[in-house]
Amino acid sequence: MRQSFERFSWVSLFLLLFRVVVLYLVALGLYRTLSDGVYSTEQILNLVVSGLTQGSIYALIALGYTLVYGILLMINFAHGEVFMAGAFTTSFAATWLSNRGTLANHPFLSIIGLLILAGLVSMSVAVLLERIAYRPLRGAPRLVPLITAIGASFFLQYTFRGLYGSNFRAYPDFSALPTFEGTYVLGQLSIPYINMVVVGSALLLMAGLYWLVERTKIGKAMRAVSENKEVSRLMGINIDNIIVFTFAIGGALAGAAGVINGMYRPQGVSYTMGFFPGIKAFTAAVLGGIGSIPGAMLGGLLLGVFEALGPNLVLAGLGIPGANQLKDAISFTLLVVILIFRPQGILGERLAEKKA
Amino acid sequence: MTQSVHQKNDWPVIIRIGLLAGIVALYVSVVGMVNAFNTRAIVDGVLNVGRLLLMIPPLFAGQYIVRKKLVSLEISQQFLAAAAIGALAAVPLTILLLLEAFFQGLGSSLREVFVNVSPALQEILLFGISSLPVGLLVMIAVSTTLGVVGTLFYTLSARMQHIIGRVLLYTILIGLFGELFTQILRPVLGNSLRYLFRSGALTPALAIVVILVIGALVWYWPTIQIRQEAWAGRQTETQRQQFQRGRFALSILLLLALPWILNTFLSDVMNTVGLYIMMGLGLNIAVGLAGLLDLGYVTNYAVGAYVMGVLTAQPPDGSGAGLSFWIVLPLCILAAMFTGFFFALPVLRMRGDYLAIATLGFGEIIRVLAISDWLRPIIGGAQGVLYIPKPTLFGLDLFNDPRFMYYIILAGCLLVLYIIWRLNNSRTGRKWMAIREDEDVAEAMGINLVRTKVLAFTLSAAAGGLAGGILAAKLGTVFPQSFSVFVSINVLAVIIVGGMGSIPGIIVGAIVLIGLPELLREFNEYRQLIYGALLVWMMLQRPEGLIPSAVRRRELYGVEAVEDPK
Repeated sequence: MRQSFERFSWVSLFLLLFRVVVLYLVALGLYRTLSDGVYSTEQILNLVVSGLTQGSIYALIALGYTLVYGILLMINFAHGEVFMAGAFTTSFAATWLSNRGTLANHPFLSIIGLLILAGLVSMSVAVLLERIAYRPLRGAPRLVPLITAIGASFFLQYTFRGLYGSNFRAYPDFSALPTFEGTYVLGQLSIPYINMVVVGSALLLMAGLYWLVERTKIGKAMRAVSENKEVSRLMGINIDNIIVFTFAIGGALAGAAGVINGMYRPQGVSYTMGFFPGIKAFTAAVLGGIGSIPGAMLGGLLLGVFEALGPNLVLAGLGIPGANQLKDAISFTLLVVILIFRPQGILGERLAEKKA
Repeated sequence: MTQSVHQKNDWPVIIRIGLLAGIVALYVSVVGMVNAFNTRAIVDGVLNVGRLLLMIPPLFAGQYIVRKKLVSLEISQQFLAAAAIGALAAVPLTILLLLEAFFQGLGSSLREVFVNVSPALQEILLFGISSLPVGLLVMIAVSTTLGVVGTLFYTLSARMQHIIGRVLLYTILIGLFGELFTQILRPVLGNSLRYLFRSGALTPALAIVVILVIGALVWYWPTIQIRQEAWAGRQTETQRQQFQRGRFALSILLLLALPWILNTFLSDVMNTVGLYIMMGLGLNIAVGLAGLLDLGYVTNYAVGAYVMGVLTAQPPDGSGAGLSFWIVLPLCILAAMFTGFFFALPVLRMRGDYLAIATLGFGEIIRVLAISDWLRPIIGGAQGVLYIPKPTLFGLDLFNDPRFMYYIILAGCLLVLYIIWRLNNSRTGRKWMAIREDEDVAEAMGINLVRTKVLAFTLSAAAGGLAGGILAAKLGTVFPQSFSVFVSINVLAVIIVGGMGSIPGIIVGAIVLIGLPELLREFNEYRQLIYGALLVWMMLQRPEGLIPSAVRRRELYGVEAVEDPK
């Protein structure tokens, strides 16, 4: 009894204080910004739109984490690099298409082609990763595959640096294409067409995944394996194939996210581009509840909105200069805060604690 | 050996191994390692590292099939298989070169995508032969020969294999670090050095001498060992103690004299290695002993460096605090311990992998904060802290010289080493190991998880703070960019490659992973790549590290013995 009391007295107290301080700061920042009227409703709506767009990209990557976690209870730390592989490789194809004029003439066809290419590249990387780095370690202590994943992550980054060079590349500017130029205006809300394309393609892919998992035989097998590996094996499911398939699907989605990311933010394609989206998508997956597919989608969108609104509404309100520089810190703080206070996320089961 | 009983088709195995070797050769070429390492000679004019990289896959594949008994052929047919493997190992590179020729015919080049498929690479691959068909034939022939040589090696007696393997390994190492020997020996040998080492590599003449000497040494090693044991057996207990004490004193003397044997540049390398030894030992408390995978170790390093920077800086406008190094150094440790403590609290209840990512997040938060404009007035934003003076001792300005800085770092290392060594076998150390093995059981045994984990994080942070403080004084500047996630990963690689929980392992790990790349500059660009590959390979093949701790070895290999009830 004394022991539990003692433990309450300082860690829980600290966490309680921490929670109070975080809530207080967020509320104070919001209150100050809103009461000062720095941003009009229109500006805030614009921020939400760009947040949702960015969030849909996070959601696609987050699905890869969640799928793998659902089946192997393992965080595929190198998933950000899977995203990078597809995005980096496809940037060459996109430039080529753009130079030939195909991109302007057949934009949707080109996008589908690019999505497929990126999906294939990322899928191969993900499958190889599983085969070489993870499969031999199944059943090893939990930290072992994690360390392997970190190693694989750096290996992949620098492999692609070796292959394609260390210079920054860029996608062609999709928003300047005649088809996607302009903005859709609805009252105070104005949405650039390219954002609609980005969110639309992301939603289509997610719908496809949902159909695959819920309505097909292999989806059923995936759900069975994530429920109980041994029993599914007894039911005649080939566990190894299902795991490879899961990695392939997660990889393909990440590759597609790479292209969609390139459509939305053409700049900054390089071998390091996977790190931040990777860790943010992980945050999104945890936010939504890791292991839950709708959770990853929801978490991605929410994270995008938080990231867009957070620096401008909260941090600027607290009088911190250059608040947008701290955007990356926001998602990390959010990650830590969720892991402390609601490790099961919004839609997930309680798994993040040590006893899972 | 079921394989030899029924004849099976060996070709799938042969093709797979051959192509795998070929893909490895293709990989090192396309990633640019062959190009980059081609300038690093081992034996001047005869062998360089780039060429060696291309030679290893067919050689290895050739002996691999025989060693693992993958084919069920007669020995004569095995040579055939090895030749096939060697030839297959050249196939991916052949395809690459043909593709490149095809694209060049179209007025384009693979280089537009794969930056390293350069004319220089083609020249290396084709042995400088300008005609593509002839070059390709030579390449395939060499590869085939290497495959056969690999098999040939395996048909030798075990003792010969051992001797040849060792001789090659040591000769290559000596050639690789020719520059190191050149720098150490120059003051002694002066100009006559050029007969031994040319452009940082062995001269062919010396290479032959080295091969003969090492060969003789390895050949007679068993005899030498027996004599030495016999000699040791004749000694009395006191004599043995004296001998050990002498050896200890000698190694201390060597450590103290090291900067004067090495030159300034090498001392500086030693200093960097020393900082990583400190951090490795510190992180080892959290990762190796307590099993808490901390990926944000750079936080402590950064805190130490910034505290040192901000408190000792003496900018020309006189705005700095300008305290003395010796006063601030303990403050660095305290500050890092405080951050360690503070960051430990929220992650205490998290499970292993979540803890890793949360701590990674902390590391990034610190870096983002350091770069931001928000804290700019205090810690200088993206510009960092400048004008940090070197430490002085009794008013003497000694520490501008890395050879004196070495002593501060050596003292720091020895301090951390002593503390860790004492902790390792203490009650606290055993508590940490209990937590590492099973938290629930440890708690049931009456271990206070909170207190023990917080202690691990705090002590682990202290070493990082010490290293960071010394780093700031050593460099004279603190830049936020230098505290990226790479530092954390480097430290992690050091302790994992060296052997988790093993003190000698960490020292060796730091020397191998941090020191050697400084000596092989071409290596620098591929450092993270090789670290990444090493981490994966280590986890797959040798999870206990190069020099495992005794406990760890028992855990990994003694398990069956314990579990077996008979």
